[in-house]
Amino acid sequence: MSTMNLVLHVWRQAASNKSGKFERYEVKGVSEHQSFLEMLDLLNEQLVSEGKAPVAFDSDCREGICGTCGIVINGRPHGPQKGTTTCQLHMRRFKNGDELTLEPWRAKAFPVLRDLVVDRSAFDRIIQAGGYISARAGAAPEANSVPVPKENADLAMDAAACIGCGACVASCPNASAMLFTSAKIGHLNLLPQGVPEATDRVRNMVGQMEAEGFGHCTNHLECEAACPKEISTDFIARMNRQFVGAMVTARETVAKRSAKS
Amino acid sequence: MELQSKAPSGPIETRWSRHKVDLKLVNPANRRKYTVVVVGSGLAGGAAAASLGELGYNVKCFCYQDSPRRAHSIAAQGGINAAKSYQNDGDSVYRLFYDTVKGGDFRARESNVYRLAELSVNIIDQCVAQGVPFAREYSGLLDNRSFGGAQVSRTFYARGQTGQQLLLGAYQSLSKQIEAGTVKMFPRTEMLDLIVVDGVARGIVVRDMVSGKITVQMGDAVVLATGGYGNVFFLSTNAKGCNVTAGWRAHRKGALFGNPCFTQIHPTCIPVSGDFQSKLTLMSESLRNDGRVWVPKNTADKKKDPRKIPEEDRDYYLERIYPSFGNLVPRDIASRRAKFMCDQGMGVGPEVEGMSRGVYLDFKSAIERLGKDVVAERYGNLFDMYERIAGEDPYEVPMRMYPAVHYTMGGLWVDYNLESTIPGLFVAGEANFSDHGANRLGASALMQGLADGYFVIPYTVADYLARSGKNPVKEDHSDVRAAQKAVEERTAQLIAIQGKRSPDSFHRELGKLMWEKCGMSRDAAGLKSALERIPAIREEFHKNLRVVGGGEELNQQLEKAGRVADFLELAELMCLDALKREESCGGHFREEYQTEEGEAKRDDDRFQYVAAWKYTGDLSKPELNKEPLGFDYVHPAQRSYK
Repeated sequence: MSTMNLVLHVWRQAASNKSGKFERYEVKGVSEHQSFLEMLDLLNEQLVSEGKAPVAFDSDCREGICGTCGIVINGRPHGPQKGTTTCQLHMRRFKNGDELTLEPWRAKAFPVLRDLVVDRSAFDRIIQAGGYISARAGAAPEANSVPVPKENADLAMDAAACIGCGACVASCPNASAMLFTSAKIGHLNLLPQGVPEATDRVRNMVGQMEAEGFGHCTNHLECEAACPKEISTDFIARMNRQFVGAMVTARETVAKRSAKS
Repeated sequence: MELQSKAPSGPIETRWSRHKVDLKLVNPANRRKYTVVVVGSGLAGGAAAASLGELGYNVKCFCYQDSPRRAHSIAAQGGINAAKSYQNDGDSVYRLFYDTVKGGDFRARESNVYRLAELSVNIIDQCVAQGVPFAREYSGLLDNRSFGGAQVSRTFYARGQTGQQLLLGAYQSLSKQIEAGTVKMFPRTEMLDLIVVDGVARGIVVRDMVSGKITVQMGDAVVLATGGYGNVFFLSTNAKGCNVTAGWRAHRKGALFGNPCFTQIHPTCIPVSGDFQSKLTLMSESLRNDGRVWVPKNTADKKKDPRKIPEEDRDYYLERIYPSFGNLVPRDIASRRAKFMCDQGMGVGPEVEGMSRGVYLDFKSAIERLGKDVVAERYGNLFDMYERIAGEDPYEVPMRMYPAVHYTMGGLWVDYNLESTIPGLFVAGEANFSDHGANRLGASALMQGLADGYFVIPYTVADYLARSGKNPVKEDHSDVRAAQKAVEERTAQLIAIQGKRSPDSFHRELGKLMWEKCGMSRDAAGLKSALERIPAIREEFHKNLRVVGGGEELNQQLEKAGRVADFLELAELMCLDALKREESCGGHFREEYQTEEGEAKRDDDRFQYVAAWKYTGDLSKPELNKEPLGFDYVHPAQRSYK
C-alpha cells in the first residue's frame, strides 16, 4: 500500500471573536484508502500527543448525506472531486508531497465558530420562513388520493437531495444562498401538496435569505459546480420566475424579516 | 421490581384504539402551560417535537448537531415499510405484524408490534402530505419494492435517500413550529444528565457545545429520542457523534436498560481497509434484491480477478443454503453466513490483520437481465458511493461486502406508553428497546421512529401531563442544583486528568474488544474475558486520558471524552447481558447454542423474557428484572428461511 506525506496550511481561529491565521502542519504516512477527514483525524492524534489543540472541524455521518462536513480545500469547497462531500473525498485523489490549504466556509452569514467550524443556522431560519408544507400529524389524506406525475416527483427529488451543507454559499463570489433556497422552493412547489402555500413560501424564504446577509446571484454558476449533490441552477431560474409572479399577485411585498429569530 | 408493561389485553386489532380512549387529554387552552423537553431531533425526536408543538405544548428540543436536519436518521437508505398493500400481493397489517414478531425471533412485545404495523399506514399518508418525494410509477401512484426478508413489496422509498427525505419532512414540520414559537430549538447542545427529583423526571442538564456553558432545562415531561449505541464498537455505520450518554445517564438515574446485548449487524457494508478507519459505510440491503452474494469455492481463486472466476467455481452460498429466500434472508442470518465463510478462509479482498474479510456482491446477472440503465436507476447513487470509497467500479467488478454494526435493538425499557421506569421520562425510536425483539427487519427503523414520534408520544405524553400536572420543582431546588454541579465536576475531572492518551485511542481499544467478544457471535469464555478487560480499560481511561483545552469553549476532544466514558460503562452491561442470555436469538448468537445447521437456537422455556437491568451503583453487579413475553397470536417457532 502506498503512503504519502502532505503539507497542510490550516486556518486556526480560537473563537468567533478572535482573529485567526494559517498554521503549517506536516502529516506523514497517509494511506490512499484513507478519507480526507481520516487524514485530519491522524493530524489531530498527532497534535493531541504533542499537547496542542487539535483542529476543530465538523463531521458526523461521514457518508455524504448529513451535510455536516465542509472544508474549502485549495480554494474549492469540498475539494477537487465533483459531486463529493469532504467526508467522501479519499486520499487517492492526492499525491505524495501535495501542499493543501484548508479553510472554513467563508461568508458573512456563516460566522466562524472555531477553526474550520462555522455557524450555518441562517439556513435553518430560511427553512423556518416557509420551507415546509403545513400538514399537521393526523390530518393527512390517503397517500394515493393525489397522484403526482412521475416527472414532477423525480424533479422534486432532484431538488430535495440538497444536504444543506453550504458549499453553494462558500463557492459563490457573492456568498449567495440562491441554490439552497431555490432547491427547497423547487422541491415543495413542484408537488401538488405544496401549491397552496407556494406564493407565501417563495416570498418569505427569499425575504429571509436577504435578511440573513447572503449576497445576490449574478450567474457565476459556481454553486452548481461545487454542490456535492449536483443540484441544478435551473432551480434558481424557476425560483426567480415564481418570485416575480408572487410579487405581482401577493398582497404584500417581501416579508420583512430579521436575521436572528 | 415488577415491570408493568401496561400492554392492553383483548383482541390485538383493537388494543391501541381502545387504549387511546383510556388515555387522558389536556385541554387545548392548557397545553401551552406544559413544557415538554425532547432530546434528539431525528425521526422520533423531530416528529415528536413537531407534533407536540402542533398540539400547542411548549416544547424545548435539543440536538448535538448544528441543525436538527442532520440527525443520523438521515443516513437510512433503503426505505420504510407500510402495510398499504398497494401491490395486491397479500400484504396486511397482520402480516407486517407477523413478519416483525417472527423476524425479531420472538423477543418483542406483541401489542407494541401490532401497533407499529397499524400506524405504518398513517405514516405514509403523513409523509406524502408533507411533500416527501417518494418514488412513483408513471401513473403518479406510489411505487413499492420488496426489501430484505419480506416476501411482499411493502417498502416505500425515495431513491437511496429515504431516511433523508423522511427526516427533512419531520425537520420541516419542526421548522414550522419553531417559526410559530411553540418549539424552541437548541442545536449544538448535548444532554449530560437527567434531573430526577423524588423519583420523577423533571428536566435535563445540558452543555452548550459552543460556549461550554452548563445549564439546567426543566420540563413537565422529558422525551429521549437519542438513537442507538452502536458506536460502543467504535467502528459502526452510525454517525461519529452518535452516543449513549443521554440514555446511559438516565439509566444511572433509575431507568431500566432493556436487552442491551441485542445488536444488529448489517450484512452489506464496505469492508475495513486499514487501522485508520473512522467509520463504516453501509450499502443499502436493497442491493440484495438484484445482487448475488458469493465467494470462490477454491482458496486458490481468492486473489484472482473475480470476473475471471467461472460460474462453476463460485459458491452462491445464500442461494445454496436458503433456496426459498436466497439472497434476501434477514440481516442476522446473512451477516453470520458472511462471517462464517470468511472464518473458513474463503473471504476476499485485502488482508487486514492477516485475514480477508469480504464477500462478493455481484450485479453481473442483474445487468444482463435488466440492462445497465435499470440497474443504474435503482442503485446508481450507491454504486457511485462505493466507487468513491473503495476505488472500484461496481458495474464492472463485484462489490466487496462485510457485515458491520448498524443498529441496536436494545435500549431503555419502556412500557406500552413508551414511558420508562422513571415516571415522566419517555423514550422513543432506536433509544428504546421496544419493537424489534432480537433482530430488526429492513425498512422498519424509519417506521418505528415516525410511529413513536407522530402517533404515540403525542397521546401518551398528554396522558401523563393530564394525570401528573405541572412540575412543581423549580430550578433552585437542591436536587436540581446538585445534578448540575455533578455534571460540572465530571466535566472538570475529565479535563484535569492530563494523561497521555486521546479519547479516540480508548474508544478504538474498547470497540475492538467489543467487536471480538460481543459482536456477531459470542461465547461464555470470550464474554468473561471482556468483563475482566473492560473495567481495566475504564480505570486506565480515568487515569491516563488527555483532553487538550478547557471546558468553556468549543472542545471536540472533551465531547468525545464524555461519550467514551459512558460507552466504557455500557460495554460491561452489554457483556453481562450477553453472558446471562444462554440462548441464541436474532442478532444475539451464542456459539454454544446453535442448531446442527448453524442457526440460532432459542431457549423459550428459560429466556422468553425481556432482560431489564437496573443500575445498583456497582457497574459489575446490576440487578436483572424480567418482563415475561407472551405470544397470543404469533406462536414461537424456529425461524426458517430455507
